[in-house]
Amino acid sequence: MADYSWPEAERRALIGSRPARLDGPVKSTGFAKYPSDQNPSGLLAAKILTCPHAHARIVGIDTSAAEALPGVRVVHVIQGEGSEIQWAGDEIAAVAAVTEEVARDAVRAIQVDYEVLSHFVTEENRDGATDARAAGERAEGDPDAAFATAHRTVERTLGMPQMAHMCLEPHGQVCSWDGDELEVHASTQAVSTLAGQFATELGIPASQVRIRTEYMGGGFGSKFSPDRWGIVGAELARKAGAPVKLFLERDQEVTVAGSRPSAFARIRAAADEQGRLVAWDSDSWGSGGLPGTGQTPLPYVFSRLPNRRLRHTSVPTNLAGSRAWRAPNHPQACFLTMAVLDDLADELGLDPIDFLERNLDLTGRADTYREQLAIAGEMASWKERWQPRGRTREGAVHRGLGVSVHTWGGRGHSSNCDVTVHPDGAVEARIGSQDIGTGTRTIVAQVLAETFGLELNQVRVSLGDNVYPQSGPSGGSSTVGGVTASTRRAAQDALREVLVHVAPRLEAEPEQLVAGGGRVFVDGDSARGMSWREAAAQIGGAPISVQGRNPGPGRLISSGVGGVQIAEVEVDIETGVVQVERMIAVQDCGLIINRRLAESQVYGGLIMGVGYALYEEWIPDPVSGRLLNADMEFYKLAGLVDVGSLEVHMMTGPGYDERGVIGLGEPPVISPGAAISNAVANAIGVRVPYLPLTPDRVLDALAGRGGPA
Amino acid sequence: MTDDAKRSGLSRRSFLRSGAAGALSGGLAAGLLTGDAAGAAAATDAESPDTVGPGPVEIELEVNGATRRLAVEPRVTLLDGLRDRLDVTGPKRVCDRGTCGACTVLEDGRPIYACSRLMIESAGRSITTVEGLGSPDAMHDVQQAFVENDAQQCGYCTPGFVVATAALLARHPAPSEREIEAGLGGNLCRCGTYKGIRAVVEGAGGGGVSGG
Repeated sequence: MADYSWPEAERRALIGSRPARLDGPVKSTGFAKYPSDQNPSGLLAAKILTCPHAHARIVGIDTSAAEALPGVRVVHVIQGEGSEIQWAGDEIAAVAAVTEEVARDAVRAIQVDYEVLSHFVTEENRDGATDARAAGERAEGDPDAAFATAHRTVERTLGMPQMAHMCLEPHGQVCSWDGDELEVHASTQAVSTLAGQFATELGIPASQVRIRTEYMGGGFGSKFSPDRWGIVGAELARKAGAPVKLFLERDQEVTVAGSRPSAFARIRAAADEQGRLVAWDSDSWGSGGLPGTGQTPLPYVFSRLPNRRLRHTSVPTNLAGSRAWRAPNHPQACFLTMAVLDDLADELGLDPIDFLERNLDLTGRADTYREQLAIAGEMASWKERWQPRGRTREGAVHRGLGVSVHTWGGRGHSSNCDVTVHPDGAVEARIGSQDIGTGTRTIVAQVLAETFGLELNQVRVSLGDNVYPQSGPSGGSSTVGGVTASTRRAAQDALREVLVHVAPRLEAEPEQLVAGGGRVFVDGDSARGMSWREAAAQIGGAPISVQGRNPGPGRLISSGVGGVQIAEVEVDIETGVVQVERMIAVQDCGLIINRRLAESQVYGGLIMGVGYALYEEWIPDPVSGRLLNADMEFYKLAGLVDVGSLEVHMMTGPGYDERGVIGLGEPPVISPGAAISNAVANAIGVRVPYLPLTPDRVLDALAGRGGPA
Repeated sequence: MTDDAKRSGLSRRSFLRSGAAGALSGGLAAGLLTGDAAGAAAATDAESPDTVGPGPVEIELEVNGATRRLAVEPRVTLLDGLRDRLDVTGPKRVCDRGTCGACTVLEDGRPIYACSRLMIESAGRSITTVEGLGSPDAMHDVQQAFVENDAQQCGYCTPGFVVATAALLARHPAPSEREIEAGLGGNLCRCGTYKGIRAVVEGAGGGGVSGG
């Protein structure tokens, strides 16, 4: 069997280097055409009427006034008379019209009579829930005995609310029919799997659905499905006999197109006199809207903690169902666990890094964390600068340091890639993946060019289209492993075929030949060679085309990473305002294909993390059941000046590279909430129990201690 | 007519305050709207003959150096007019409420939120979108710096950030922290590209990035 492997470190020309992303120029000039930028001839604009009530039954619906408006082409009822609506923002009807303005007029002209029913949207206090579902109890060891004999115990009630994905390009698509063939320009993370989902709903064969996503404006786990608006868009286009663009308005995007489940818990944790964790008891609850939500992985990272009891209650609410949010369940579990451990360290009178180090054998990767804690601590000058809680202040401004650790899998997904070598030397890869902003296009090109010994601009990568070989959805940090492995296998096979043709000319065996520096030559005797172009000409008149697959033979990828983050904050105890001064991230992810893009993923994770630590939350109104902040003015993202100084250290090189490629999208977004919360506790001397750390919550926590000192 | 007169004739505030009557007697009547549009406007509202709309109004404006004539309803924002009518899709519609800056364009050289301006207010003016600053083969220095500093991921906020950064650096070639906050505090990114954007801006003083 052929060998599939990454080149040795000294032979890598592109892998591990820092090339700029290939689509940078088209993006920074605005020439990149996103799905929402598609304006085919004869395009109609579609808008959706949503339900203003969190729980209601439709008594009657009258679309006649909308249908009578000039410029309206189709009015389509999605949920008609008798339907029970379970959340505000649910889709009732849709309109296709000649302009967006007319479509909005038409939506407003639709009359719906509702019977308003009772609703529940505030799961933070689960006692008010009408439909809480206890998931039972799991226990290991003897937690009661362990607590009874423990040296120190803390008990905390902590939590974080639901928050939005807030993709900048809203969910949606442009649908065009040609006879019974459908083409969809979709803003999606799942180019290869979307066609089947459209086809099932529309009653046509999947082979008649074309999905195209050359670029897309963010997904973060919320764009894996056609969604109801996708199917409705296709139906409108079919009925109208014209292309239809349907992208959600911002309030709809915030309300129905993606949220992260909330997580609350009452937690007890205990340690012995040596600062060793000995017991855990958590009673957690949370909601992901109507479906409720499952349990987060507690205790996080320190999962071998003995003597533990876990209970969980899923609390359904009258809010749209949650979606996978970057590193599903991990940021919540990380915050709940690391905050309690940090409080326990304080109770024990231990430096939190020391405390974590004493318990690393309870994790799955003690050596990694030990090394990372040392590096992160060094970067933060932790030993010199860390002080026990509430000791670092200048007037009203208190400073603090906090630490957190996290883990993720990140194994490459199923992926097929076609690599073609043309007789003129042109090399191309075709892969039904998508570049959601992570740089997939660029890393595939790097692997391709590396394998053939070419420059990046000498290879071509085509993706974002389901006519290319299937590749998995971009989620869970699975893309980089999947696409680089399938591309490498195809490229190595294709190169070997080329070398078979070249070998006789060089009077060598194919196995003696290598490609590098734009040439093919005898390994160790570079004079015996020829240019790549000449080599490719040896294959004859027809191109060589090979498909590579993942999973497959050879150790190209693996999974399982650790990361450590340290946050440094300033807290004004008079205003309650938290400012993140500095974030440090130490992260391993195996073999890095592109250092620049890898670092960008980590910076992005830190920045998104500052957002959910300090600003971001869904705020449902208990009275109306609607979100009070379904916009970008009161749903706050972190801005350029909010994120402080960001420093990233990637664990790479010998000892890491041998693991192969591992995904990186999720891990860096997991720890910021915990690290920042711990830094705030270190600064002000008291735990702020809920995220985000808004001024009111900070002041409440201080007041609970007797008010600002 | 002076540029100042054009500005005063069609500012959003005066448009809203006067129901465009002031605008018609100033900038619009001076030829920025065609005669047909004025007539159409008069026909739609007999009691207030100076009011335009609600039907389409013919306007002329310059977009990325080209003169464009079109008929738009007064309610159409500059952003929707650019994207839906003129197929100029660099500026993105994200918040649609003047918060995120993804729609930032230059109007007569000044950065504005295209979502928060009516297209008829831009009649007679010169609009530069991100596409007008440079092209993939001939990038503006700021665009080049966005590529080199990886100041973009999904890229949907990028057009607005590029235009706002170009405007900031045109005004302040080596901006202070306060000037950076004022110049870019009105733009938001979701992927988290601020590190790269900051490198673009802070590299500008010595890095050869010029604005404008």
